[in-house]
Amino acid sequence: MSEAILTVSGLGKRFGGFVALADVELEVRKGERLGLIGPNGSGKSTFVNCLCGTLRNDAGSVRFNGRVLDGLKAHERTRLGIARSFQLPRPFTTLTLAENLRIPLLYVVQTRGGTGDIDKRCLTLLDMVGLAGKAHQLPTDLTQIEMRKLELARAMAAEPSLLIADEAMAGLSHQEIDDILALLMRLNEQQGVTIIMIEHIMRAVMHFSQRLVVLVAGRKIADGLPADIVRQDDVVAAYLGS
Amino acid sequence: MRNSAFFAALAGVAILVFGAAKLIDNAYVFFAGYVVLQYIVLSTGWNILGGYTGYVNFGTAAFFAMGAYSTVALHKLVPGLPLPVMMAFGGCVSGLIGLGTGYLTLRLRGTFFGIATLALSVVVQTLITNWSFVGGSRGAYVVRPDTTAFFAIDYIEYLFLLMLGLSVIAVGVARAIEKSKLGYGFATIRDDELAAEASGVPTLRLKLLATALSGGFMGMAGAPLPYYVTYLDPASGFSLSYAVNTIAMPLIGGTSSWLGPVIGAVLLGTLQQVATVTISSALSLLIVGVMLVGFVILAPKGIIGWFAPKRGKGA
Repeated sequence: MSEAILTVSGLGKRFGGFVALADVELEVRKGERLGLIGPNGSGKSTFVNCLCGTLRNDAGSVRFNGRVLDGLKAHERTRLGIARSFQLPRPFTTLTLAENLRIPLLYVVQTRGGTGDIDKRCLTLLDMVGLAGKAHQLPTDLTQIEMRKLELARAMAAEPSLLIADEAMAGLSHQEIDDILALLMRLNEQQGVTIIMIEHIMRAVMHFSQRLVVLVAGRKIADGLPADIVRQDDVVAAYLGS
Repeated sequence: MRNSAFFAALAGVAILVFGAAKLIDNAYVFFAGYVVLQYIVLSTGWNILGGYTGYVNFGTAAFFAMGAYSTVALHKLVPGLPLPVMMAFGGCVSGLIGLGTGYLTLRLRGTFFGIATLALSVVVQTLITNWSFVGGSRGAYVVRPDTTAFFAIDYIEYLFLLMLGLSVIAVGVARAIEKSKLGYGFATIRDDELAAEASGVPTLRLKLLATALSGGFMGMAGAPLPYYVTYLDPASGFSLSYAVNTIAMPLIGGTSSWLGPVIGAVLLGTLQQVATVTISSALSLLIVGVMLVGFVILAPKGIIGWFAPKRGKGA
């Protein structure tokens, strides 16, 4: 078994009196494909925000590649190699698609000492998600699906070692889901990127994940092989009611 | 065009402007031109924060007047200091105020940031009004020399030249930023700060840099003011019209590029100067109001919006 890339211990987050996350433990191994599921409001996005530094966790700690991330800002974590896509796409609306990808190339890859032709790299990335033809258009002209692809491409542009895809497939058609799944699979298998996928679409999660983690009401209630997890009584109860 | 080539071109334009003003051979041209140039610097400085990063600053008067009052203070402390040194000093003072303001207020977005900067202007004005060393509410007199020590040109021409030089620097810097990594970083802050952070952009550091640069240019624009007006009091130094004009000019010209504030300042500034002479000086704010309404309807992206290539249309 390969070593851990991400170790979360005792993670807690409250919003006033509301406990969003309590005592969450998680270990993700290098190169793993992890599925994170849970009903709406179970704290999945809060969890991601705490990992990425968008929110500060109140308790516990996050370690990534042996480094403690607590207190680091979001951009510092991105530079260390954690990239994310947002649940609702958040493109830079006044910049073209190519320029959107330019940002992580300039601010992440170059600060790590990466070199190479940025313009070419932008086009390669756009081509990977099938948007090369629209490189010089603004994101406002894109469909929802295309925006999600742009979102993923921008996360990949930062050349992460851990990619967190926050509901990258919601609202997509069967074929489009397969496209994105194939994209993520390639990224994982060919480039060795560790991926945490947060998703409601069970078909996608079951197909993709090597391991499944279930969050309910801010607590982790299950962690194991996907086929076993979905048969677990408390997981079924959380989704369908007992 | 490379930055050095652009600076050279700007300097060429500046020489032509000075030559043309000399040809007209009327001191008033320099008086009026100085104000227009001052507004080019102010609106270019404002646009670095307001246009590039999208933080609307209503506190122009505070940064501008602090530059002016630095000169008043220096004038008393170190008589005979060359004006360019005073301008550099005024720029530093206002730049530091910008840095401090940024640190305190940049967690506020949109309207709230605007209100905070407006409040800053009131606070600084109150401080200056109660500081008798720089004249307090009575105001301060600064005697303008007839001529300069080195070139022996008319002092108002000297002021005009200094402001012309400062305009070249401000516009050159604004354009250099626009095409750089920094400019892209500023644009992401304007569009979406969360996504910017997720893409590795250190948003707080960049915002502080923008407030400091923006404030610094405004301070430098204000530093020669005491020599221009020869009598400076808080009410005129902190006049709201500086804030209003400085916001209106980039909006009319277009905020997305360095050229917008320049066009806006030349157009509106010249119009105000002409109206002051031909009709009445009270008219200038009315002109701003009417033009703003007109441009919001006719050119929501400013004058440069009419000519900008339509991106994103067609395949």
